[in-house]
Amino acid sequence: MSLALANVRAQVMWNRLIAVVEEQAVALVRTAFSTSVREAGDLSAGVFDRKGRMIAQAVTGTPGHVNAMAAAVGHFIKAIGEDNIFEGDAYITNDPWLGTGHLHDLTVVSPSFRKGKLIGYFACTAHVVDVGGRGFGPDANEVYEEGICIPIMKFAERGKVNRDLVNILHNNVRESKQVVGDIYSLAACNETGHRRLFDMLDEFGIDDIDTLAEFIFERSLAATIERIKALPNGTYRNSMRVDGYGSPIDMVVAMTVKDEEILVDFDGTSSQSPRGINVPLIYTTAYAAYGLKVALAPEIPNNWASLEPFKVSAPPGCILNAQRPAAVAVRHVLGHFVPDVILGAIHTMLPGHVPAEGSGALWNIHISARPSGGNLPPGMAAQRAEVLMFNSGGSGARPNQDGMGATAFPSGVHTMSIEATEHVGPVIFWRKELRDGSGGAGKFRGGLGQIVEIAPAKGHEFYFNAMFDRIDNPARGRAGGETGAPGNVSLDDGTKLNGKGRQHVPESRRLILQAPGGGGYGAPSERAPEDTARDKARNYVKS
Amino acid sequence: MAHKGQQVRVGADIGGTFTDVVLETGGNLHSTKLLTTHGAPEQAIVEGVTQVAKQAGVLPSEIDSVIHGTTLATNALIERRGAKTALITTKGFRDVVEMRTENRFELYDLNIVLPPPLISREHRFVLDERIDAGGNVLKSLDAREAEALIDRILAAGYESVAVGLIHSYANDAHERLIRDILKKKRPELPVSISSEVSPQMREFQRFNTVSANAYVQPVMASYLKRLTGGLESAGVRCPVYIMHSGGGIITVESAIAFPVRLLESGPAGGAIFAADIAARYGLDRVLSYDMGGTTAKICLIEQQTPKTAKTFEVARTYRFKKGSGMPISIPVIEMVEIGAGGGSIATVDSMRQIRVGPESAGSEPGPACYGRGGTKPTVTDADLILGRIDADAFAGGSIKLATKESEKALTTGFGEKLGLDTTAAAFGLSEVVDENMSNAARMHAVENGKELGTYAMIAFGGAAPLHAARLGEKLGISEIIVPPGAGVGSAIGFLRAPFGFESVRSAYVRLSRFDGPRVNAVLAELTEEATSFVKAGAPDVEPVRECTAYMRYIGQGWEIPVPVEIKTYGAKGAEEFQRRFTDAYVALFGRAIDDLDVEIVSWSLRASSPAAKAERMSLLASKKDVTSKLKRRIFEARQSGFADAAIHERAALKPGDRVVGPAAIVESETTTIVSSTYEAVMQPDGCLLLRARAAAAQSKGA
Repeated sequence: MSLALANVRAQVMWNRLIAVVEEQAVALVRTAFSTSVREAGDLSAGVFDRKGRMIAQAVTGTPGHVNAMAAAVGHFIKAIGEDNIFEGDAYITNDPWLGTGHLHDLTVVSPSFRKGKLIGYFACTAHVVDVGGRGFGPDANEVYEEGICIPIMKFAERGKVNRDLVNILHNNVRESKQVVGDIYSLAACNETGHRRLFDMLDEFGIDDIDTLAEFIFERSLAATIERIKALPNGTYRNSMRVDGYGSPIDMVVAMTVKDEEILVDFDGTSSQSPRGINVPLIYTTAYAAYGLKVALAPEIPNNWASLEPFKVSAPPGCILNAQRPAAVAVRHVLGHFVPDVILGAIHTMLPGHVPAEGSGALWNIHISARPSGGNLPPGMAAQRAEVLMFNSGGSGARPNQDGMGATAFPSGVHTMSIEATEHVGPVIFWRKELRDGSGGAGKFRGGLGQIVEIAPAKGHEFYFNAMFDRIDNPARGRAGGETGAPGNVSLDDGTKLNGKGRQHVPESRRLILQAPGGGGYGAPSERAPEDTARDKARNYVKS
Repeated sequence: MAHKGQQVRVGADIGGTFTDVVLETGGNLHSTKLLTTHGAPEQAIVEGVTQVAKQAGVLPSEIDSVIHGTTLATNALIERRGAKTALITTKGFRDVVEMRTENRFELYDLNIVLPPPLISREHRFVLDERIDAGGNVLKSLDAREAEALIDRILAAGYESVAVGLIHSYANDAHERLIRDILKKKRPELPVSISSEVSPQMREFQRFNTVSANAYVQPVMASYLKRLTGGLESAGVRCPVYIMHSGGGIITVESAIAFPVRLLESGPAGGAIFAADIAARYGLDRVLSYDMGGTTAKICLIEQQTPKTAKTFEVARTYRFKKGSGMPISIPVIEMVEIGAGGGSIATVDSMRQIRVGPESAGSEPGPACYGRGGTKPTVTDADLILGRIDADAFAGGSIKLATKESEKALTTGFGEKLGLDTTAAAFGLSEVVDENMSNAARMHAVENGKELGTYAMIAFGGAAPLHAARLGEKLGISEIIVPPGAGVGSAIGFLRAPFGFESVRSAYVRLSRFDGPRVNAVLAELTEEATSFVKAGAPDVEPVRECTAYMRYIGQGWEIPVPVEIKTYGAKGAEEFQRRFTDAYVALFGRAIDDLDVEIVSWSLRASSPAAKAERMSLLASKKDVTSKLKRRIFEARQSGFADAAIHERAALKPGDRVVGPAAIVESETTTIVSSTYEAVMQPDGCLLLRARAAAAQSKGA
């Protein structure tokens, strides 16, 4: 076979390998219990070579797993020990510093053996329903309060499941059947990966993936470097202030483009918080890499080589490199702001290329509904229920079009239907609508935020975990564009509530969430008259 | 009616480029292809019906039925050519159709454009009312407020009104009240209510569906009336029936009331066509593969029934990506569509990889080899260079293909950049498109918990027979059927479709709180509704009914379809549902989960006229090998090199004739490539059966 034909064949195998991990992810979505997996795509799946380098990864709803999982498999090989790896094994952890940044994500890694020989690994990660502790919220002071931590260990050895681990989980987490069910799903989804990979090896008549991995790495690295070389060398800076929990957080970045590499350093960023909003470096790295890739090299698939030229660092103890035992449960809030910080630095290097700041962190809400006692209507059963919901504010205006209303960025999650959510628990949504006038003005307008009004159903009250930001620090516009509207959390009687932490909504009241809008791009005076007229006709702006 | 004592039936399919009309009488098929007459699509049908009637020697007045499927409703949505439509919804939910799922369908593109809602914000109005998840009224509808709003809407000159209220699938009283007021004030104004068009839980999908129904209704009603009028003027005296997306046919009146049900009815005809062949040969697991000029469509057919779903997405705006279109929640034959057709264009990306589609050269200018100004390399150009198509015999020799143009396009398109000669470039392009299709098929199977290795493939559409063998190799499929008439498959499929209708409803039932009377009431309503649609078209037949409950463990987001009996359930009903759910769950996922409560979320009930007994045939083994002196060099993908392939005329093959690959079997519409992995045996009904030679040898040995 000529070299040209061999390359064609390698390309076909690369496509196939990406299809293999996509199938692996689909297998997980189908069987998972966790709301955030099935509704939001909060999972990832990938295939790795024998050295633990990621060859291909499924594109799922969460950039937060990119790179985080890529780094995790190396930790597994080291912790388990190369001579302790057998056919039929499956390894597990939810260690925030080795996995994907908080205890709620379980990662399972399975070695892949062919004809008795180790050829690589499959790994997948999913956000599970519960891990014990305080439940999903930002109020813990230490990671120990946030739930059970499973160090890297064997979930199964030579096909035999570790019953002790299953037993411990059954006794330490809520909804333990669902959680253990999800671990089985994770292991099964790696199995799907193995089977598909073997089909492919059979079809192409090869026994390992080393040559293919080298081909993929070489092509990906070359393409990424080509992109970086086209950028002007230099150090580009940006800083952005967000609300944090209790005191504001400054996120400070220096992005250095140096020939074939981009170094991102977060020195100058605020110190870690006494609350659960801290971010392990592995998760910071994931979102930093996403911010760089989406702006500079979006079509290059994620793998070890395409991520290699992006180096991320932050001083230990800074909130983006939090050290154990910092609490990290809602690390996504600051994590979701990392791309905005990076895009700001890219704007100083390449004006006219990236959007204005947006609402960033999702306005996730976890509701615990309880009977309020005494006054249930006859025939109606009291219900306790946990309800998780994702809401998005507006995204930043783009250099050539408006921002997106109520659309997540950088996260890729889906929201849930309110009709479906009202079947989950005794809550009533009275409103879920775009928030008029919340987009920052500009030649291109920031995306609108949204307003959500939630009340307990008759005979109930609820507690909720707030994980909201951009209440004191709205999204800034770019190139003369104006700031988007800040967020706001209150009751319908005007009581102002906090953006973070567990709070109460009594039976007779409604909780009102006003998610922030995105920043504008360009001077408002340059806005096309027909766009202004349309905004008025549609009440996108307040008249 | 009828001709010489034989039924005369006509199928007509309007596609984007061609309008296909077939006439069947006494077991003979006559067909014609006309260019679609976009301004007045009924003209091509009337003309086509006249043509095939003449061909068959029957009078228009002898035609017993005309069955019609069309992409017109889909096109009206894509091109936004619907009526000026208002949406009335619940206060607080004005933006449901605009906020969508709050998701970006492509994570790695900062400049995506979200598909705009069908009804923009200034045309969406709210009423202060609310029903809860249990169907109880939390806030009653104020009739005076409704009247005042409706007066405003009428004054503003809307041509159609959609009504979608929160939880109306559980209690439709408010939606009906609004419709009553509208009808009283302006009887002729079309009104669609979501509890009737799509009574399924999930507001975005339901509101969008009712909006789409209202939006296309005036256009479709006017078209269908012109069509029936036109056919009448041409002497056709019989009823016209309309194919719907779920694979059944309904009356014109039903189609006018629920035009959203006509979306994707053309492709549905293709799936019915394949299902009919599956029935003829008793094949229980079939992958239907339809590849045309722009896209390839894949559908799973089990037990001779195409797989259906309760929702789908139309009008995707971004590379056929999930989430970039609009969801429609109606029963539909589930299909995966990808941008892979004869006209799909190849490019090269930053990793020096070849990418194919979804951009297509279409029919104008078409692939480079058409010589009509196309300069970009397409799948057809690759097929030409690889010897799969004969430059002199394309489309029955009506278009002479220019090999030089293909070579040039492949070289300048990406061959030079990648250091590939023309052959390697063509091979690369073709491998990539085949890989895209096989990955899509495999992914679809995985989503449904299936393994394709045990499936047979039925390949039709102009480009499918060229690529079926390679796809079969990639998917490990050992039997491929290439039916005759593959170019007008959808229209033939219409003739095989039963009168049928599927009613779907969301109604929550937890098995731990099983409510027998409620379940019985839901089943009775669905039975009545579905049956009435069938009876409207076929008053004399007793429909066959099947019911599916969509169930899950509490806490799961995915419902799985569970076939259930239609009968009266008592207190023990929960046990029966539990047993059936567990069986279905184990079949899909390999294991059940103990002690978790189970719930039923939705129900669907399908009523259809009993299928005409397909004439059963068994696949014929070979009787004799035939050879051909005519040879051509055709590229063998598996061996990565050219081989001498025998060329056979399909029309010259007799039942039982066996052609061993590598070979090409040519007909005017297309060419079936028999790679060296396969042998082809001509069947008595004109189908070509490709069997993997390894499998064929094994069964011979046994």
